[in-house]
Amino acid sequence: MRPWRILRAILCWIVAVWLLAPLVVVVVISFSSAPFLQFPPPGFSMRWYGQLFSTPAWTNSLLVSVEIMIPAAAFATVLGTAASYALVRGRIPGANLIMACLMLPLIVPGMITAAALFGIYRGLGLNGTLTGLIIGHTVLCLPYVVATVSSALRVQDARLEQVASTLGAPPWAAFWHVTLPLILPAVVSSLLVAMILTFDELIVSLFVSSARVRPVAVQMWSNLLGDFDPTISAIASVCFLLALLVLLADLALRAGRSSRIA
Amino acid sequence: MKAVDSRTWLVLPAVLLLAVAFLGPVGWLLARAFTFPEPGLQNFAALWERPVYLKVVGNTLLISAIVTPIVVLLAFPVAHLMAHGSARLRRWLIFLVLVPFWTSLLVRAFATAILLQRHGLVNSLLLALGLVEEPLPLLYNFGGLLAGCVQVLLPFVIFPLYSSMARIDPAYMKAAATLGANPVRAFVRVYLPLTLPGLMTGGILVFISTLGYYIIPALLGGPRQQMISQMIQDQIAAFGNWGIAGALSLVLLAVTGALLLLLQVTVGLKEIAR
Repeated sequence: MRPWRILRAILCWIVAVWLLAPLVVVVVISFSSAPFLQFPPPGFSMRWYGQLFSTPAWTNSLLVSVEIMIPAAAFATVLGTAASYALVRGRIPGANLIMACLMLPLIVPGMITAAALFGIYRGLGLNGTLTGLIIGHTVLCLPYVVATVSSALRVQDARLEQVASTLGAPPWAAFWHVTLPLILPAVVSSLLVAMILTFDELIVSLFVSSARVRPVAVQMWSNLLGDFDPTISAIASVCFLLALLVLLADLALRAGRSSRIA
Repeated sequence: MKAVDSRTWLVLPAVLLLAVAFLGPVGWLLARAFTFPEPGLQNFAALWERPVYLKVVGNTLLISAIVTPIVVLLAFPVAHLMAHGSARLRRWLIFLVLVPFWTSLLVRAFATAILLQRHGLVNSLLLALGLVEEPLPLLYNFGGLLAGCVQVLLPFVIFPLYSSMARIDPAYMKAAATLGANPVRAFVRVYLPLTLPGLMTGGILVFISTLGYYIIPALLGGPRQQMISQMIQDQIAAFGNWGIAGALSLVLLAVTGALLLLLQVTVGLKEIAR
C-alpha cells in the first residue's frame, strides 16, 4: 500500500499548488512596487490600491457593480425563496418540471443567455442600462437560491407549520414566525452566494453593459485584453477577499444549521 | 377536489421572470437559427459545409474530451484523501478546495495567466532548475487553456467524488481482503465501481462546463483554440449574424442536453442534488 499512499500524497500536493498558487501570486503582486507583473516583486507598496481607488474608471465601475448587486441579489433571494416555499410545501401540478426550469439558467451556457438577452434588450432599449443588468443578474442568481432554500425546506418538519395553523395562525403568520426563522440560515446563505455571483458575473454584463454603465468585471476584462498592469491584481485581490469573507460567513451559517438539526 | 392552495401563487413571480427574461429570449435566439436572414435551414447547411464552423465545434468537443479525464484523474486522490483521511485533514482539504471554488472565474483565469506568462513563476522555476534553456511559451496556446480549465474545474469533480467515497462502507474492502482479493483487485473490483456515481457526475459536469467556456479560452488560449462560445460572440458582435449564432447555440445546447440526459439515465439527477 505504501507506494500508493506516496503517489496519492504527491498528486494531492500538485492539486493544492495548482489551486492555490495563482491566488497567492495575485495577492502578493498586488502589493508590488514594480510597474509590471513581476514575481517575486522587487519591493512592496500600496500604490496599486491607491491607483485603483483614485482612478474614476475603476471607482465608477465598483459603484455600478454594487448598484447591480444589491437589487439583483435581493430580488433573486425573495423570488427564489417564495418559489421554493410554494414548490416544496404547496401542491402544484408539475412542481418538478417548474423546479427543473428554474435551474436552467445554471445549465445553459452563459454565452447563450448573454446573446439572447442582448438580442431581446435591443428592441426594449435595455442595453446599457442598470435595469437591464439587474434583470439579467437576477435570473442568473435564481437557481442558486431555489436549490439552497428548497433543500433547507425539505429537511424542515412541515408539521411545525401545520401546528401553527391548527392553533389559529393565518398562513402568512405561520410562514413568518415558524418557517422563515427555521430556514433563515439557508436564505441568508443564498443571498450571500447571489451577491458574490452578480459581483463576479462577466458574460451577460459584457453584452448588456455600455461604456457608461460598466460593472467591475467588464472593466477588468477590457484591461486584461490590453496590457496587464498591477492595478488589475489589486482589484482581483479585492474580489478574492470578498469571496473569502462570503465563504467564511457561509461556512459559519452551515455550521449553525447542522448543529440545529443535530 | 381541494381548493387551490393559497401558497401556490408564490411561485408565480419567479416563473414570470424566468419566462420573460430567460426562456423567451433563449427561445428567440434559437429560433433565429431557422429564420435569419430568411426562413429555412441554410444556417445549419452553412455549419455543416464551411470548415470554419465545423472546426470550432470539433475543437470544443476535443478540448472538453481532453480536459475531462485530466481533471478526473487529479481529483480522484484528493477526494480519496478527503473521504478517508483524518477529520482534521478533511476540514483543511475541503477549505482548500472551497476557496478557489468561490473565487471569481475571471480572477482565477487572470491569476493563471500571471503564473504562465513568459517571465512568470513557472518559467522562472523551470529556468532555475535548469530544465529548460529558454522560457517556454505557456500562454495563449493549448497548454494555457488546459491549465486554466483544470484549475477552474477540479472542485466540480472533487466534491461529487468525495460524497460517493464518504458513503462507502470500509467493511466492503475488508470483506474483499478476507475473501482473498489483493489490494489492487479489491480496489478495482469493489471500490472503483462504488465511486461510479461521483465519477459520472463530476466527469459530465466538467465536460458540459468546458463546452460552454468563454473566459478561459479567450484569456488563456490562442486563436487556434477558438471555442463555440467565442464563435457565437464573434458572429453577433462582429458580423451581426444572428442566424449562425442561433444555430451554434442550438448545437451547444443539444450536446449539453444530451449529456445531462445521459447523467439522468445513469445516475439520476435527484441523486446529484443530494
